[in-house]
Amino acid sequence: MSEADSQLLLARPIDVANIGVDLFADELEHQRVHVSRVDWRPPAEDTEDALGRLALQAADIARANDLALERIEDAKPLLVGVGVAGQLLPGMSERTLLHAGPPITWPDMSGPLRGAIIGAALYEGLATDPDDAERQARAGAFEFSPCHERGAVGPMAGVVSASMPMCIVENETHGNRAYCTFNEGLGKVLRYGANDAEVLDRLAWIRDVLARVFARALERLGSPIDLRSMTAQALQMGDEGHNRNRAGTSLLLRELLPVLLELDEPSSDVVAAARFIAGNDHFYLNLTMPAAKASADAAAGVERSSIVVAMARNGTEFGIRLSGTGGRWFTGPSGMIDGLYLPGYGPEDANRDIGDSTITETVGLGGFAMAASPAIVRFVGGRAEDALEATRAMYDISWGESRSYQIPALGFRGTPVGIDCREVVHTGLLPFVNTGIAHREPGVGQIGAGLVEPPMEAFVKGVRALAECV
Amino acid sequence: MHDRVIVRRGAYYDSVTLMLVSRNAGALEGAEAVAVGMATPLNLELIESQGFDLHGAGELGPNDLLLAVRARDDAAADGVVAAIDAELSARSAGSGGAVEERPPRSIVSAARRHPELSVAFLSVPGHHVAYEAARALDAGLHVFCFSDGVSLEDEAELKRRALELGVLFMGADCGTAIIDGVALGFANAVRRGPVGIVGASGTGIQEVTCLLDAAGVGISHAIGVGGRDLSAQVGGAMTRRGLELLGADAGTEAIVAISKPPDPEVADEIAVVAARAGKPVVLAFLGFGDPPATPPGVEYATTLEAAAARGAELLGHSLPDFEARLPRPPTRGCVRGLYSGGTLCKEAMSIVSGGVGRIASNIPLQPDWLLADIRQTTGHAFIDFGEDELTEGRPHPMIDNTLRIEHLLQDAADTQVTVILLDVVLGYGAHPDPAADLGPAVSEAVAARENLNVIVALCGTDGDPQGLERQRAALLEAGAAVTRSNAHAARMALQAAAVKEASGVRS
Repeated sequence: MSEADSQLLLARPIDVANIGVDLFADELEHQRVHVSRVDWRPPAEDTEDALGRLALQAADIARANDLALERIEDAKPLLVGVGVAGQLLPGMSERTLLHAGPPITWPDMSGPLRGAIIGAALYEGLATDPDDAERQARAGAFEFSPCHERGAVGPMAGVVSASMPMCIVENETHGNRAYCTFNEGLGKVLRYGANDAEVLDRLAWIRDVLARVFARALERLGSPIDLRSMTAQALQMGDEGHNRNRAGTSLLLRELLPVLLELDEPSSDVVAAARFIAGNDHFYLNLTMPAAKASADAAAGVERSSIVVAMARNGTEFGIRLSGTGGRWFTGPSGMIDGLYLPGYGPEDANRDIGDSTITETVGLGGFAMAASPAIVRFVGGRAEDALEATRAMYDISWGESRSYQIPALGFRGTPVGIDCREVVHTGLLPFVNTGIAHREPGVGQIGAGLVEPPMEAFVKGVRALAECV
Repeated sequence: MHDRVIVRRGAYYDSVTLMLVSRNAGALEGAEAVAVGMATPLNLELIESQGFDLHGAGELGPNDLLLAVRARDDAAADGVVAAIDAELSARSAGSGGAVEERPPRSIVSAARRHPELSVAFLSVPGHHVAYEAARALDAGLHVFCFSDGVSLEDEAELKRRALELGVLFMGADCGTAIIDGVALGFANAVRRGPVGIVGASGTGIQEVTCLLDAAGVGISHAIGVGGRDLSAQVGGAMTRRGLELLGADAGTEAIVAISKPPDPEVADEIAVVAARAGKPVVLAFLGFGDPPATPPGVEYATTLEAAAARGAELLGHSLPDFEARLPRPPTRGCVRGLYSGGTLCKEAMSIVSGGVGRIASNIPLQPDWLLADIRQTTGHAFIDFGEDELTEGRPHPMIDNTLRIEHLLQDAADTQVTVILLDVVLGYGAHPDPAADLGPAVSEAVAARENLNVIVALCGTDGDPQGLERQRAALLEAGAAVTRSNAHAARMALQAAAVKEASGVRS
């Protein structure tokens, strides 16, 4: 031990992180040196070369990641209004049907996605009945494209067609926009693949009544709603921003209530709209998602950056995009959700993981903010401590910590944000994803919720691709 | 079928808890269908769709808890209801207690959690090192890289980056450092004092620090830089940095820099940097052919012992006379060296070779003296058991003597061999009691051959955990000659093989 700390050779006292053989840590502890023992494991299969190559570029990657993270953090997503998909999204023809997740073709689509595609075709009047819609889909009569590639995101099946109303979120800082449909509620809904008359009627009502009332209310507010700030508040009220949206929905309704009352619209429409929002805990999810998308998109395209800017599932595959690898998707099989089920359902009924809602985890919400949401800790083991640990684990694979999304139980520490693809592969720690479980048959709806593991394969592919282009 | 529908009014539980309780109860012996939920319209619909009759339940609202249980028989249904109640009451009582924090999974994570962190000690397999080291440097940490298997290109790049960030990269394949009195890796409990060391050799540092300790001279710091620091590619990056640090260190009065044969151009540059240290520097470049002229204040030494002697002298001390008696009269024959320390092996070879000429080895003094197969030794032969190839998949010979003992007994059975030379390195990280391992093997070897001398170079200090005196006594007891200087042990080997020590340098 040093006797005179003022004359330390390296300016700081020796304080060691031991990575590898325990013997060396033991010997240091015998000398009363503080040792942090790193629980090191070999990285995902056959990635040493790619990681080694990236290691030599570590300084450049660090700068790129700082920039990408800064963009996510600086993004100021505002809810600015409502529009129509066909006018807002690039390249939307009448026969374009967007879907959640990475690209997929009809033969590979799972039940809920097929059901939603059929429903959207009926909704647009492109088909006379479900059989006709399916026939046309098989024959290639529709253009399928990921929401993500058109500036949109969609929960579960995430199907968007030309005449659907979309909430418009604008990132004031960087000027980019993101879009999302209105949340339809639970039960028999299009996003779970339901497509009967009840579903189509509701979609029509959303288009004709809800979208109009909502748009008028936003106009009347005078200034757009700051979604980052609202989500930050929701986090302190027990939401995590993906599976629990009760606080966010309440805050939104609280903001809208006075202007709703002032609207010069038929009161029956206003009441129906207010009742619809109040009766749907997940209404706010469809605003959190485009807010997250608008923030993550701002971080895309930073050369050399290993930060994940999109995670999305189409019910068959799970895909990610990295900031430094352009628009490429890196995919692996979509996981089965380890979850809890509504009465009467079990794992045998579940579809593979589906939806763009993992955009929330991409910006430090959802599973990354688990510690904020004691109400749903049962998903991660049941104890409040398990929720804290779930969030803590995510710091190990994240580049930074959120300035705005804070967790009271962690001393208001910011949530982990900016998933570093290298560190996922390196530590073997996969992002925690909270999600709903869709029934494998179209139209049954949500049958539970739980945690799902993204496929390591997607991150391995991402790291290899990044290593090739640095 | 036995259906039970129970209502608990005003008992609120969150839906996730209830789904979990339902799942657990549904898995119980005799349970056929279990639904526990708040009586929301959605839940009521779902429960009714499972065939439960809710008509008798009366008026139900979302604040009422509903238990619907279908079981094989009444007893089973009672059991399921009791289990649900037990689980619900346990849950509302809360779990309490903190969860112990999971250990960090990466260096970066460790650094975030513990901002005082200053050094990353790496001993993961070599092909993983580049990434770990780069991330440690990113986190602003000095790196002690015990791992080998790092490419020269990676090492050069990592060191360049370390200099840019103002930290040390000690390695790769760095065995030893002593910084601010803390021993990192394989190092001895030497006293603190005025001599600073920069070393591209772990056992070289251990030998010099232990010899200085024996001379009563302490160490300020010993900075390990990895065996290839003075190669042309790495260019002595960390040796220069080490010389600068020690030059500026108020506690350091003289410096010894140690390396296996350096690249000649790099050696010249190091001499220039050494001259700027502002204090005397001894450059111990082992087996370095013709030392060039030195700038003032800088001198060369070609053995570890000579470097230690010169270091001691600069502080007004001198090495003790190493006294060791050969247990048996000299017999003309072959010398075998079984080493755990590469630099010690080289030092001994360069001395022994001065008398006997060619020595076969896996780390040969001359390329054509390469020992192709360590199982096939003839003539004079030295093996460095710490060489990368021999440590792959097994512990280092400073920790595990198994392989050395095999060879010791094999050499003892070879009648052309009359001298066996071993190093025994004590200190942190080394075997807790090497004499207990090697002693019996030495006894067996000397018992088998009347004209065999076993000589041990014992590298250690009184403060080492293994106990220098205890180790010495046990090895003497076993029948070996024991000396604290490796060079002295090599000279004894020549004497024991009845070969006159050469005064000149090896050819």
